[in-house]
Amino acid sequence: MMEKVLRILEEDCRVPIDEIAQRLGITEDEVNKLIAEAEESGAILGYGAIVNWAKVRPDRVYAFISISAHPEHNIGFDEVARRIARFPEVHSLYLVSGTHDLTVVVEADDFREIASFVAERLAPIQGVQSTATSFVLKGYKLEGRMIDSGDGPQRLAVSP
Amino acid sequence: MSGGSRIRVASHIAALPPSGIRRFFDLVSGMEDVVSLGVGEPDFSTPWRISDAAIEALQRGYTSYTSNLGMLPLRSAIADYLRTEFGVEYNPETEILVTNGVSEGLDLAARALLEPGDEVLVAEPCYVSYKATVSLAGGVPVVVETRAEEEFRLRPEALEAALTDRTRAVLLGYPNNPTGAIMTREDLLPVAEFAARHGLAVLSDEIYAHLRYEGQHTCFASLPGMRGQTLLFNGFSKAYAMTGWRLGYVCGPEEIIGAMNRIHSYTALCASILAQFGAIEALHHCQHERDEMIDAYNQRRRFLVNGLRAIGLECFEPLGAFYAFPSIKSTGLDDEEFAEALLEEEKVAVIPGRAFGESGKGHVRCCYATSMSDLRTALERMAAFLDRLPRQV
Ligand SMILES: Cc1ncc(COP(=O)(O)O)c(C=O)c1O
Repeated sequence: MMEKVLRILEEDCRVPIDEIAQRLGITEDEVNKLIAEAEESGAILGYGAIVNWAKVRPDRVYAFISISAHPEHNIGFDEVARRIARFPEVHSLYLVSGTHDLTVVVEADDFREIASFVAERLAPIQGVQSTATSFVLKGYKLEGRMIDSGDGPQRLAVSP
Repeated sequence: MSGGSRIRVASHIAALPPSGIRRFFDLVSGMEDVVSLGVGEPDFSTPWRISDAAIEALQRGYTSYTSNLGMLPLRSAIADYLRTEFGVEYNPETEILVTNGVSEGLDLAARALLEPGDEVLVAEPCYVSYKATVSLAGGVPVVVETRAEEEFRLRPEALEAALTDRTRAVLLGYPNNPTGAIMTREDLLPVAEFAARHGLAVLSDEIYAHLRYEGQHTCFASLPGMRGQTLLFNGFSKAYAMTGWRLGYVCGPEEIIGAMNRIHSYTALCASILAQFGAIEALHHCQHERDEMIDAYNQRRRFLVNGLRAIGLECFEPLGAFYAFPSIKSTGLDDEEFAEALLEEEKVAVIPGRAFGESGKGHVRCCYATSMSDLRTALERMAAFLDRLPRQV
């Protein structure tokens, strides 16, 4: 049931509690309890709109930065990652498998800001060995939503 | 030997009434901002994996006819699926025919089984095509009514009462369009006994088999003794959101499937190869997507049924398909007046129950394969509409 509540909220966090209760066939109290639990445990990190900033601030830039890290005896990946994550420019950050170790998504007002963030903030961090920056040129899908895929097909309004 | 034109529409076709939905379709077509609960298909697009498989088949040059029966890998996948999901065994070589939707399957069955004047007991309210399909094949549809008080389940006494010497078959569809009713195994057993006692074919349209929100669907052919006299119809339109692909199948005894395939080989040749590739992907890899859609329908079902009851309409619990079938008798309007006034005043489209047969009178069909936001708007508008009606005592 928890997962179903979370899926509904993930789809639209403005759905009223009584509607969630009806859809899942449980009481409003139960819904409230599940949500409180999820907030408590950190399963719900927050409630925000999914903004396609390209519509509002087309000049804003995003970059994916791949980092190779070299954890030293007293500094593990977690420490390196947390140091990086604290910068407000960092939108999201993952430890990944493959050719590098950390993937950082960074957003900034312009290219220069990202360049200086990489050169002056990321690169000097102890344990960061190398970085490779990919700038986002265009977004097609964001948080499970298609961007600008145009009007979908229309069903007939009445069918058997 | 000259004179006027000899072109005319055959009289039995000219006499065929248009479906009760047609008129409503025309009414809605001219209007803007209609929130429609009048559809009979999923609001989801086909899961992308399925579309992608068909695109790949096209890119690889699969553009030919297939075997009349349908591609063997598809028939095998259907056989596996029916065995694991419903416990019925069919030989993919001889007992499964892939059709252009259940629609074609029903047509083939009627033509293969009926001689002029043969009667088919049709459980009503029902999908709009059933009676016409029987008539077009020269048969006579004999209506067997089901009733709201019995949650629209088919009762053997009603079948018994309609039986004549000319009766050849029973045609039923559960989970049901338009009522959303289901039949449990216990409900089906007496129908099976009736069919066995009188040696009738049972045409069981199970296209909504997966859209069950409580308990497990029972395949008619899995009932004791029924495999040999049942034609099982199913397809991809509803469970996999593939209405536009036109793909279904029918399973049954070799002799009847063979006869149906003979007609099919002349009139349709085969189902679209691209749709068949899509269907193979659906059966092999899309259980998860299917179940997610069904879960979404279930949420909307609860929401809509609650909402209809909250605004004062009596609505029995529909446990299958994606329709609610509330009674509108308390409004003092009949179902056509209700649907027309609701459309005109509030721009909400629902289908008058009688479009599905006289026994649907006094009800309207509301489809909940519709986005949550449309369901919300529809309920708000319906509430406003009902508020304005003079109170019935
Ligand atoms: C009960 C029932 N049977 C058959 C069909 C037609 O299915 P297909 O798309 O497979 O021809 C429908 C479609 O609405 C239906 O509701």
